[in-house]
Amino acid sequence: MARLIRLDRTGHTTLAEWTEGDLAAREAAAQAFRRELDNGLLASVPRADGGAGVVRALPLDAELVVLRRPIAGG
Amino acid sequence: MEATRGGLVEAAALWWREETSERTLRRDGRRWTAWTAWIVIAFTTGIVLLLLSPLTLPVALGCFAHAYIVPWLQARRGARSVVPLGSERSASRLGGGHPEADGIALGLLADLVAHTERELLARSGLALERGELGTWLVGERGALLVRPGGRRVDCWCVRVAEQDGLPGGDRVAHLLLALREDERGFAKVANLGFSGAAWRVGRGMPERSRAALDAARAASRVHR
Repeated sequence: MARLIRLDRTGHTTLAEWTEGDLAAREAAAQAFRRELDNGLLASVPRADGGAGVVRALPLDAELVVLRRPIAGG
Repeated sequence: MEATRGGLVEAAALWWREETSERTLRRDGRRWTAWTAWIVIAFTTGIVLLLLSPLTLPVALGCFAHAYIVPWLQARRGARSVVPLGSERSASRLGGGHPEADGIALGLLADLVAHTERELLARSGLALERGELGTWLVGERGALLVRPGGRRVDCWCVRVAEQDGLPGGDRVAHLLLALREDERGFAKVANLGFSGAAWRVGRGMPERSRAALDAARAASRVHR
């Protein structure tokens, strides 16, 4: 099962979970994703090779999508 | 998968800043070395004073102290720009963190790092990440970059922009994800606070975190 999580003061919050065949869950996940991006969060997909990719649309084939806050120097 | 290898969003917003590369890092490293050498040379003029007259001893001692203290303070400030997880300056300690949230955040962070790095993270409070520019050590705030060869360390000031109650583990996860998304962009967003010899930085680090510096130096020697 794929997960969309947001890093926050609780550790993290699971905003959506979906499977390939569950269209309603996929749509709910996409909506939650867009809502969080509109609120200024950034989305990152950890990759199996240890890297991570920035995404601007929910990758439905990803296992985990992490929403994080922006970083800054200082 | 729709994931793109796009650059860091935060870096794209800093259009006026120079892109970070091996060349800019080498140049900045040379500047730091020149600056440190200048401080040392300028203040070792105490020797000249002593040669002119032994009566200038108090002034000469002041010069020697400056020649030692200023570079030491700079390196210490660089080392302290990184806050290891669980250290006395950790968010969990300073902000009276919530144990449950801390545990959840640590669980996710542990999932993000490989087995060896996980062990090192638990011991030292710093997450080791190999990159193209060198080997990084990421804390709750700040990051160290051990350059290839393992002799020079760059200290970067970087943090989550709005930290607002985030557990320490999540702060590390934020920086780690951003670094993995775009290493050069990460360095562009961060501010270089110090660049110098690894032993100078290590001296200013908490004892438990020096193991991470040793591991990063070892990885950087291979990296070379």
